Amino acid sequence: MPKLTIDGNEIEVEAGYSVLQACEAAGIEVPRFCYHERLSISGNCRMCLVEMERAPKLIASCSMPVGDGMVIHTKTDKVVEARASVMEFLLINHPLDCPICDQGGECDLQDQAVAYGLGTSRFTEHKRSVQDKGDYGPIVKTEMTRCIHCTRCIRFTHQVTGTAELGGIGRGDHMEVSTYVGKAINSELSGNLVDLCPVGALTSKPFAFSARSWELKPTESIDVFDAVGSNIRIDTRGGEVMRILPRLNEDVNGEWIGDKTRYAMDGLKRQRLDKPYVRRDGKLVPVSWDEAFNTIADKLKGMDGKKIGAIAGDQADCESMIVLKDLMASLGSTNVDCRQDGSKVDAGVRAGYTFNSTIAGIDEADAILLIGTNLRWEAPVVNARIRERYYRGGLKVAVIGEALDLSYPYEHLGTSPGDFKKITGGKDDFSKTLKAAKKPMVIVGAGALARADGADVLGGVRKIAESRGMVKEGWNGFNVLHTAASRVGGLDLGVVPGNNGKDVQGILEGAASGDIEAVYLLGADEIDTAKLDKTFVIYQGSHGDAGAACADVVLPGTAYTEKSGTYVNTEGRVQRGLRAAFPRGEAKEDWAIIRALSDALGKSLPYSSLGDVRNRMSEVNPIFNDYDGLQAAEWSDFGGTGEPSSEALVSPIENYYMTDPISRVSQTMAECTEAFINPEQQKTGTNG
Amino acid sequence: MSGVSQTVEQPESFVFTDETMAKAKEVLAKYPEDRKESAVMPLLDLAQRQHNGWLPIAAMDYVAGICEMAPIKVYEVASFYTMYNRTPVGENHVQICTNISCWLKGSDKIVDAAKEVLGVGFGQTTEDNKFTLSEVECLGACVNAPMMQINDDFYEDLDSSSTKAIFEALKKGEQPKTGPQGDRVGCQPAGGLTSLKEQANA
Ligand code: SF4
Ligand code: FES
Ligand code: FES
Repeated sequence: MPKLTIDGNEIEVEAGYSVLQACEAAGIEVPRFCYHERLSISGNCRMCLVEMERAPKLIASCSMPVGDGMVIHTKTDKVVEARASVMEFLLINHPLDCPICDQGGECDLQDQAVAYGLGTSRFTEHKRSVQDKGDYGPIVKTEMTRCIHCTRCIRFTHQVTGTAELGGIGRGDHMEVSTYVGKAINSELSGNLVDLCPVGALTSKPFAFSARSWELKPTESIDVFDAVGSNIRIDTRGGEVMRILPRLNEDVNGEWIGDKTRYAMDGLKRQRLDKPYVRRDGKLVPVSWDEAFNTIADKLKGMDGKKIGAIAGDQADCESMIVLKDLMASLGSTNVDCRQDGSKVDAGVRAGYTFNSTIAGIDEADAILLIGTNLRWEAPVVNARIRERYYRGGLKVAVIGEALDLSYPYEHLGTSPGDFKKITGGKDDFSKTLKAAKKPMVIVGAGALARADGADVLGGVRKIAESRGMVKEGWNGFNVLHTAASRVGGLDLGVVPGNNGKDVQGILEGAASGDIEAVYLLGADEIDTAKLDKTFVIYQGSHGDAGAACADVVLPGTAYTEKSGTYVNTEGRVQRGLRAAFPRGEAKEDWAIIRALSDALGKSLPYSSLGDVRNRMSEVNPIFNDYDGLQAAEWSDFGGTGEPSSEALVSPIENYYMTDPISRVSQTMAECTEAFINPEQQKTGTNG
Repeated sequence: MSGVSQTVEQPESFVFTDETMAKAKEVLAKYPEDRKESAVMPLLDLAQRQHNGWLPIAAMDYVAGICEMAPIKVYEVASFYTMYNRTPVGENHVQICTNISCWLKGSDKIVDAAKEVLGVGFGQTTEDNKFTLSEVECLGACVNAPMMQINDDFYEDLDSSSTKAIFEALKKGEQPKTGPQGDRVGCQPAGGLTSLKEQANA
């Protein structure tokens, strides 16, 4: 490891570090604009200049690899002067319009100008201005006169999303960052451009002019729009959610989040359930909590537990799911299920329903087989991670399922489980690749397991993993990619049918046939509600969506931003989000609603605080003791042994931007659908 | 000719003629299969020659397809080099160098002469579509400054009257003498050789 001296202190860093990284390791701040940890080095802004002994001039520290015996100075007059000069040059063409710029208060240019700039300008000539050419779509707002040509955004669209929309057009003083043809940025990760841009050239369109960064109160939370569990920060002002930003977590989302995670939040303000309702003469009328509970109690008291079912939706927190399960048990019902989509995963074997390689494991994988998943839509940050890994070299990817644009090349092996034989047969090229790989992975999508033959598909994928040596000492290459934030937590808590219990299909069919007389929907909207016509339906949730529409009693719950909740991501990582805003109107935290209902039913559950509920979770499954931790799950038999049908595998997501009650009412998501999804569907003729 | 120009009328589509395609294949053959991007500049040139001296977006997209690269990367190349025209040009594309050597040797007068004879300014095309006038940076013929390029030919050692004469000839459809307009040979000293006068006996 090379040893170098920075500002008089000796430090040893890993070979291959840049001088800038070494400075960071030594705790010394070096200003920068173009350098970004997750993008290639471009070295064009010159803000990171430092002095290196025996070099004739200052060096750009971001692009100079460390060498043994280097002597670096970052605080000499020469460096100070150089930084001031670079700053002066950068500001020559900058409009200095901070008072009307949304970036103000969290702008690298502003901060670094204050810290390293001269405070004055000697430039009296014309400033160039840049006309905005075309619209980047519903998410990114442009003001290209402010651009300092760091090229971060260009590199992002080429290197991270692979959509390659942006480029540097023209040359010299005429250079402009643009799409040239005025097209929109069509990527599920486009919101990250806003974070990436060090100035106010690219800002957030939905957030435009709505708040100043210093007015906002940040709260750490966890995303619920997919099963990745991206770490997020919810910024609120006066109890209102203003925006959502990513939090750095190298093991989960790195520093990116998907656009739905970031922008579906405007759906939190629409179609909210803020009062309890009871259906009278076919109409939902607002009532008090007591009336709502009494209506339920009248109906359920004396009803045979076997005739009651409960379904937990995709965004349910673990706390409310366990309390619901306990309530059902106290009513004598084992008809509970958290697998709203009808997934056939087996709750008994944790390794059989989690992403065992871990998301960070992708960085080490050398062969990946994707089965029945549109990764780009089901987990955009995971897809970007595979892309990054792919372009580092040494990774081969193959797909069984739909041949979609994943933003990296892959071999298309087939479309249905019938093609599994190609892999297990061992003759196919990719089968050999997997066998020879040191860290092979298979990723099976939630959609593939939610089919009628899902159990057999699961068994088939297990066979692939075992026959290709994917499960071994120190590595487990078997991965399930869920799409629902609640799924793994629900499975971990055993929110699945107990003895003789009915699963989601059983409950729905029972409801249609009359075997089931009452159904409790905990935020479950993506089910066939037509089957619930004759049933007494209790809907607890945050939005007036399909579930509330068929309900006889509506209990207003909270959205993820309004409660402290535990979520287990697809890897099996237990994470906790904190409450950022208050429940709407008369709504209450979900676990507390069920707890209060238990009193009305005369079956009081022994929980008086969130802490009690969490203790109960740990009691049911000790993994809940270990927040943020990840434990390797034991491998054993799971899945069916039958031959899955050769029906084509399809992703469960038809439109990335609208998958749940919140995103379905989001204005921004509607605009994205209009801009990106509808034109595609018209082109391929799949619309309606 | 930098900056983004989307105001021109763009043709819907563009394809190489068989003849151009044959040339394109020769170019592509020089590079490895997986490095087709390397061929982008010569292919853009072929496209421009086929399309009356300018590159519509359709042509750039077409080249992007052949070179298997993102269209934006082709736009970057085409907008970086002044040799690619992204707006239509007249039959004769007159590019006058106003860079330092030419300017010291009187390029201002050449510019004036051109404007006077052609009746158009920089970036403009004559009404009969015969001439487009452009200002360019150093074209590498400083030794015979001042100079201008018209289509593929250099005209050097210009003065006001020789410049006008060149335009008059072109107007009549004649081909004026290319290269130095005085009696200089190639880029030898103006008054003839002063050294290395004879071939050394090797
Ligand atoms: S728009 Fe922002 S990120 Fe892109 S080059 Fe300009 S300053 Fe950099
Ligand atoms: S950060 Fe080093 S040149 Fe921009
Ligand atoms: S300065 Fe005119 S050709 Fe070089």
